[in-house]
Amino acid sequence: MPMTKELLKGNEAIAEAAIRAGVEAYFGYPITPQTELLEYMARRMPELNRVFLQAESEVAAINMVYGAACTGVRVMSSSSSPGVSLMMEGISYIVGSEVPAVLVDVMRGGPGLGNIAPSQADYFQIVKGGGHGDYRLIVLAPATVQEAIDLTYRAFDLAEKYRTVVVVLLDGNIGQLMEPAELPPMRTFNGNGHRAPWALTGAKGRPHNVITSIYLVPEVEEQFNRKLQAKYRTIAENEVRFVEYETRDAEYVVVAFGTSGRVAQTAVKHARAEGLKVGLLRPVSLWPFSEKRLAELAETARGFLVVEMNAGQMVEDVRLAVSGKGRGGVTPPVQFYGRMGGVVPFPDEVFEEIQKMATNEVTA
Amino acid sequence: MIAELEEELVYARPHALFDGATHYCPGCTHGVAHRLVAEVIDELGIAEMTIGVAPVGCAVFAYNYFNVDFAQAAHGRAPAMATGIKRVRPDNVVFTYQGDGDLASIGIAEITHAAARGENITVIFINNAIYGMTGGQMAPTSLPGQKTTSSPCGRDVETMGMPLKMAEMLAGMPGAAYVVRRSLHSVKEINKAKKAIRLAFQTQMAGMGFTMVELLSSCPTNWGISAIDSLKWIEEHMIPYYPIGDYKVAEGVGSLN
Repeated sequence: MPMTKELLKGNEAIAEAAIRAGVEAYFGYPITPQTELLEYMARRMPELNRVFLQAESEVAAINMVYGAACTGVRVMSSSSSPGVSLMMEGISYIVGSEVPAVLVDVMRGGPGLGNIAPSQADYFQIVKGGGHGDYRLIVLAPATVQEAIDLTYRAFDLAEKYRTVVVVLLDGNIGQLMEPAELPPMRTFNGNGHRAPWALTGAKGRPHNVITSIYLVPEVEEQFNRKLQAKYRTIAENEVRFVEYETRDAEYVVVAFGTSGRVAQTAVKHARAEGLKVGLLRPVSLWPFSEKRLAELAETARGFLVVEMNAGQMVEDVRLAVSGKGRGGVTPPVQFYGRMGGVVPFPDEVFEEIQKMATNEVTA
Repeated sequence: MIAELEEELVYARPHALFDGATHYCPGCTHGVAHRLVAEVIDELGIAEMTIGVAPVGCAVFAYNYFNVDFAQAAHGRAPAMATGIKRVRPDNVVFTYQGDGDLASIGIAEITHAAARGENITVIFINNAIYGMTGGQMAPTSLPGQKTTSSPCGRDVETMGMPLKMAEMLAGMPGAAYVVRRSLHSVKEINKAKKAIRLAFQTQMAGMGFTMVELLSSCPTNWGISAIDSLKWIEEHMIPYYPIGDYKVAEGVGSLN
């Protein structure tokens, strides 16, 4: 059957993509700007005889996800910044128990109650941790509705492959905007099918399964942590995703993800039209990070500009990635331009920053 | 010549319990509660379809003793986790095993909403009026005047309020099908407790809604008294405040017995 593009809203497209990826249970709690995702699930999941439950809080929602994940089903939740803060405990437990789950975080302005406008201020929280303990999440940051669909569809496979939490991290802008996109085919629903050997299904014809995250003996806990870290190294080797635009001969490289990445691309296009040799690297996986590619670009780039809708979070990773990677072991200058509190930068603002960098008005 | 003895086995380890020593303190009634649950699982023949959820607290390692599938929850979140399990596997028997700090303090939202939704799970609630694992702090169920490490002068109800009566409270939830309180301080009460646990599981299996058996339990170590005196303390101090009784028995539950 030929696929056709439809006009889809980000949040709803993500929900439908998850359904087509075979999500069997959804637990969530209303919070703007992700509520359409929950509402879509409330309608669609029962239609398909799958589980939808509105939890009493994000705390409960993530622990319902944890419970369902222990049985080996495809399960997810979605929320937005303050709600995701409440989920941090559960995320740490899920990671510490090595069960697969998918979480969609539609970021909004903060800190505190903040506002409901698009923001990227939770990069640190999601990419660096947020919950307790040494762990990493696979973090996928779409910049378009189509990418949100594709990454959500893929997220479940990654979660199961690595038995970890995959976060689809977007800002309220991508959650709310409508644009033409194509939905993937419906996968065979695995409702009563085979479950992973570790899953809690009842100890019939096998020894009992236990899913836990407690290791009281420090050496044993360390051993478990070593296992986790080894898994993260495998993920880092295999799951880096990024998109490049006009970087081939770029003297200056803009680095931006999600909505900032879209805005930056427009600015880069403008700069090219003005004869500036500028390119864009848009990390799609925020962890694992595109540090190797950035190091390569640093060999020839005269400077980097990081654009984010926050006070400068990913810029720290860019600085680490390019540190000492310039010609002769120097570190190319890394500039930062950010808007905060739910303000989305205009392409003109970014273009001006590119111009400043290219004309050496600003030095490192 | 010695006459041949005829022996009849009247007491053995339930199959749903592993053969091994527990980490519980001498005189603690967790062992009794574990055994009762395991006997019920054996008698109902549900070991292969049961999934337990362990709490944070002394019973965190319950999965080391029960020979059924088990998950270990975050503090207070066992009812949410059990909800997640039961919703995707409605044909399994799902139970949580929680203490008073876990259930009545940090997890009061999760237990309340699980009951309100009529979540088809069974909750074994161990009320020993104290935090055990962390070393004897005041619990939401600590009695007025009860001395603990965090209420060294005794629980002051002026500042800390009165202890929570969870069975009474949850019985008021519309989704509750079977909510009762029993005690583990005497053989007679232990037998009654077992019957209640059995009926709670049967109620769940009949799909009738939320079930909870609150078990008044001892903590000799943190109460700072002997095991024998602990049982007396349950009878003399806990039962007057936490009366044994059936707080919610939905229509039809009685006939399951």
